[in-house]
Amino acid sequence: MRNAFAEKITSLAEKNNNVVLIMADIGNHLFDKFKEKYPNRFFNSGISEAHMISMAAGLSSCGYLPICYTITPFATTRCLEQIKVDICYHNMNMILVGTGSGFSYASLGATHHSFEDIAILKVLPNMKILCPGDSIEVKASLEMMIANPSIYYLRIGKKNEPIINNKVPKIETGKFNIIEKGNEVALLSFGNILPLSEKIYQNLTKDNISTELVSCISVKPLDEKYLKEAFKKFKVIISIEEHSLIGGAGSSISDFIIDNNYMHNKHIKSSFHRFGIKDEFLHISCDQNFARKHFKLDVDHITSIIKNKLNVNRD
Amino acid sequence: MNKNLQILANKIRYKLVEISHLAQSSHLGGALSCVDILTVAYWNTLNISKENIHDINRDRFIMSKGHAISALYVTLAYKGILSIDELKNYNKIGGNLPEQPSPNCVSGVEWATGSLGHGLSVGVGMAIAGKNKNNFNVLVLLSDGECQEGSVWEAAMFAPKHKLNNLMVIIDYNKWQATGRSNSTMQMEPLSEKWKSFGWETFEVNGHSFNELEASMFFNKKSDKPKAIIANTIKGKGISFMEDDNNWHYRSPSKEELYIAKKELGLE
Repeated sequence: MRNAFAEKITSLAEKNNNVVLIMADIGNHLFDKFKEKYPNRFFNSGISEAHMISMAAGLSSCGYLPICYTITPFATTRCLEQIKVDICYHNMNMILVGTGSGFSYASLGATHHSFEDIAILKVLPNMKILCPGDSIEVKASLEMMIANPSIYYLRIGKKNEPIINNKVPKIETGKFNIIEKGNEVALLSFGNILPLSEKIYQNLTKDNISTELVSCISVKPLDEKYLKEAFKKFKVIISIEEHSLIGGAGSSISDFIIDNNYMHNKHIKSSFHRFGIKDEFLHISCDQNFARKHFKLDVDHITSIIKNKLNVNRD
Repeated sequence: MNKNLQILANKIRYKLVEISHLAQSSHLGGALSCVDILTVAYWNTLNISKENIHDINRDRFIMSKGHAISALYVTLAYKGILSIDELKNYNKIGGNLPEQPSPNCVSGVEWATGSLGHGLSVGVGMAIAGKNKNNFNVLVLLSDGECQEGSVWEAAMFAPKHKLNNLMVIIDYNKWQATGRSNSTMQMEPLSEKWKSFGWETFEVNGHSFNELEASMFFNKKSDKPKAIIANTIKGKGISFMEDDNNWHYRSPSKEELYIAKKELGLE
């Protein structure tokens, strides 16, 4: 995803002179082409994330469109007050890019894990959150954001993730991307866990369970139109995310259910189940797959839970 | 010129004391300490006027010590950017002049700086635009206590590296913060040496001497460094019973104190 980001932003900056890329000392050689082509629009803020965000706000106030890029925990919680005050409170257009989200950098320890960023950023007024699931969605999201300046948090993974989309989706805020259509189960996949969700989709489909695979790119705002239809249609709806269950995207859907009074609506047939990271730090040396398994973000486990739920619902 | 600036500064001080009395608001001491700096900034250094206040190429002033924003409101009023009458809205419920600034609350307030340590980085971003895209200068006023925020030093390291000679920082060094002496709280000294060693063209001046302020507060485009001015000031300056008394970080004046202030400022 990060290579797709670097490649796309370099081409988009050619058409838009206001695009300024600021990174906080991350991405060795990733932005060499950007630097070479637009030396006056590239800045390494140094290991100074608070400064990066406030400086971006100053640039934005003068008509630039700053894009701030670093590893997710340092792009988000490290400089939260600067994001709140200088970006969101002042309503300054900018694109904040968190790279290596979730457990992408699992081996580097919990300092580099991000399971709280969506929960924290989604409460900020004016903030929109996009979580693309593969590099095609990263590129399409960037194109949309540059064409429609606002305040965005783009949560991406690392590199060499499999590509799941077979065509370029139209990206809009408040819109999910339906990759495969189905009737019984809806897999609502948020962000970089899309390849795992796709494997669950394959498992269920093999067993003749009609499954819809959805990449929920727009986490804030959610695609409420889609959700309203989905809760009338599917027997089982699940959310999958590499983020804490507390305050994550699945939690936003829980809020949606409560806010729409679905608990007491006889037309709502769906059961909803969330998969994500439970309330715990990882202290051991691990990789992304190990970390996912530890928190039961596991293809076989989730497949079997869905089948159980489906059977219960069928009874 | 200096005599005129002194008369103007006295009027600004009295108006500040008056609106603080009417609004029963805090932070009067730190507002009074930077009045002479603001007077020189707006009548001498900066290209900011009623006519160009929305022009993309106006100079930018960031009152990074947002708790002293009342001093900027009054300065903007005497500059004709606000009306003097509008000052009665200061800290009034539903009014447009909050006790600490909100974004675009009035023309001339460039940033909402209630949280300390943001203004210099924002000013750095503006200064880059002022050099690479437009043509303007940026002045950021910090408090001495504010220099305890780490983000100030992130920006202080960045600006000289990028040769931002259209950026000036003034530190209102009144030696106090909310709960005590700034130098008793943190190792502030040697403050000038700190800025100098970070690569800034640094001056230390008497922040109440118009001669010294005027001599240092200009943008030196022959230099390739940003400028830092350490302005030694007195909290509560101009009103004898407020000077160097940190109670005026919180207190607002009574009607009797307002009368004495008027007399002391020669405005009876």
